[in-house]
Amino acid sequence: MLYRENGQFKSSYAADQQIFPIVQDRWAILGIVAFAFAAVPLLANEYLLSAILVPFLILALAALGVNLLVGYCGQITLGAGAFMAVGAYAAYNFFIRVDGMPLLAALLLGGLTAAAVGIVFGVPSLRVRGLYLAVATLAAQFLADWAFLRIKWFTNDSPSGSVSVANLHVLGWKIDSPVDRYLLCLAVLVVFALLAKNMVRSAIGRQWMAIRDMDVAAEVIGIRPMFAKLSAFAVSSFIVGVAGALWGFIHLSSWEPAAFSVDRSFQLLFMVIIGGMGSIMGSFFGAAFIVVLPIFLNQFLPWLGGLVGLAVSTATVSHAEFMIFGVLIVFFLIVEPHGLARLWSIGKEKLRLWPFPH
Amino acid sequence: MSFFLETLIGGLMAGMLYSLVALGFVLIFKASGVFNFAQGAMVLFAALAMARFAEWLPAWTGIGNPVLANVMAFIISVAIMFAVAWLVERLVLRHLVNQEGATLLMATLGIAYFLEGVGQTVFGSDIYKIDVGMPKDPVMMLESVFEGGILINKEDFIAALIAAALVGALALFFQKTPTGRALRAVADDHQAAQSIGIPLNRIWVIVWCVAGITALVAGIIWGSKLGVQFSLATVALRALPVVILGGLTSVPGAIIGGLIIGVGEKLSEVYLGPMVGGGIEIWFAYVLALVFLLFRPQGLFGEKIIDRV
Repeated sequence: MLYRENGQFKSSYAADQQIFPIVQDRWAILGIVAFAFAAVPLLANEYLLSAILVPFLILALAALGVNLLVGYCGQITLGAGAFMAVGAYAAYNFFIRVDGMPLLAALLLGGLTAAAVGIVFGVPSLRVRGLYLAVATLAAQFLADWAFLRIKWFTNDSPSGSVSVANLHVLGWKIDSPVDRYLLCLAVLVVFALLAKNMVRSAIGRQWMAIRDMDVAAEVIGIRPMFAKLSAFAVSSFIVGVAGALWGFIHLSSWEPAAFSVDRSFQLLFMVIIGGMGSIMGSFFGAAFIVVLPIFLNQFLPWLGGLVGLAVSTATVSHAEFMIFGVLIVFFLIVEPHGLARLWSIGKEKLRLWPFPH
Repeated sequence: MSFFLETLIGGLMAGMLYSLVALGFVLIFKASGVFNFAQGAMVLFAALAMARFAEWLPAWTGIGNPVLANVMAFIISVAIMFAVAWLVERLVLRHLVNQEGATLLMATLGIAYFLEGVGQTVFGSDIYKIDVGMPKDPVMMLESVFEGGILINKEDFIAALIAAALVGALALFFQKTPTGRALRAVADDHQAAQSIGIPLNRIWVIVWCVAGITALVAGIIWGSKLGVQFSLATVALRALPVVILGGLTSVPGAIIGGLIIGVGEKLSEVYLGPMVGGGIEIWFAYVLALVFLLFRPQGLFGEKIIDRV
């Protein structure tokens, strides 16, 4: 009744090619963005902002990058953590070594470096695909782990191996409180999500999808597989690299290579698969699920233990977290292998007809 | 020269252990097309079960003989791995037939998380010892050929022998028994195998059982070398380059690949490591496999990839 497109006529090409062709969608997205910018900083407390919302925004950005590669171009990667690390450390080096380097420029340069590294590690995708490629991209992960631990130049010869940044400014705006961090991450995420949304419906996005669906057929109709695959690696690594730089600079502000370990790569792939491959919206769902679930379990299990009069030790809680996390992942994959985004679109389909049966 | 040989032999024996873990991957991938990331968790889980039951059984039943206790612990662990295999097929794989490779991969990661959690809740999360009576002292060999001879770790040597024996037994099982033939048929073509009456579900259970046994053997050997602890689960990550080097679908590939990676790792660590700051073992294997893949995308012995539109 409320959500339907009847009577919305498109009388110009511009109207036909809008990102959100349905008026209700447009308003809903605008409303969500406005709410996130204006209302959330007022309503949320410090814990919510710095422990849940900022990690969610940054990991959603990273998941978005991974989704472009895995979901749209069909190249499975387990090296996303490495590209986050490259982004973070490259941004750190630009920030520390160049006098007066603005924060945003450092973030973008970190992303560009990650893109360059991504292209190099994307080369195997021209020869191998599927699971072989997934394992091949693990090479990037282990190489990055090693490089940032052993090569002292990357960490500015810091004796402990951990690096930290302070005094962050964006155009005179001092990034200090959790609200500032939140707003900066949100702004970056909104810009990149818009870019990604436009990219996947442009020529290059369609090339990626053609490669994903059948690369030999795509080649036959004149799509250059090398350009398409490497550009997907570059764009994806760029976004993941920026997310990594944000993760280091804004969320952690002092970090070690362990922050970008192979677990992070798995986590990002989880987000993409649980959220929905080939869906921008899915990246957000997946990130929310993966970020919130462990925190929820962490709070919920001791409470549940207390309810039945059982003292639950922290070790047991962390093991139970592992177990429940594993079970839930398998459960979600069985119930909806196409991810939360698919549930969302099924819901929308139903909403279009509601309250009529068909 | 003798130092080089020592390194080489050490590498070969480490490689044998990698191929043991790699075998688990290959078996499951061949028969069900699932890239089983839970293999590492299975190794940890099996080793934990083995270590703990070997410790608990004498306390519960008063069996004094350590050999008997070890044998009984082994049997119980095998039974547990069979139960795991059956549950995995029943609760997970059966519901995910015909899904994409990436989805199945993620499902096995979920299984891995679950096994790690259960294993450490039930069996505890300290470092445990497995003592199956492997000799620890190194021996000198070939003293007549080289000056000073070659130092060989007896434990590694026996482990390599066990691994070789297991590989041989598996090869026989695959080639000579009716069940092995059915497994190969399923590996070739699911639909064709099903249409001639091979029960897919049962085959999958069998394959996961076999993978569970290889995980147990790998767990015992690695566990008695390094102690049973959480890091055992990461052995799987070390064995992955072996799998892609050898080809995902080839049992001999897993063995040859394991040997190449084992030797490559050791030699690179000794001769290249000092130049770049050491610790390159971890990624060297991956880069080796990666360079190799650029020239032979299906691995050493993998089936030729044919594309059809």
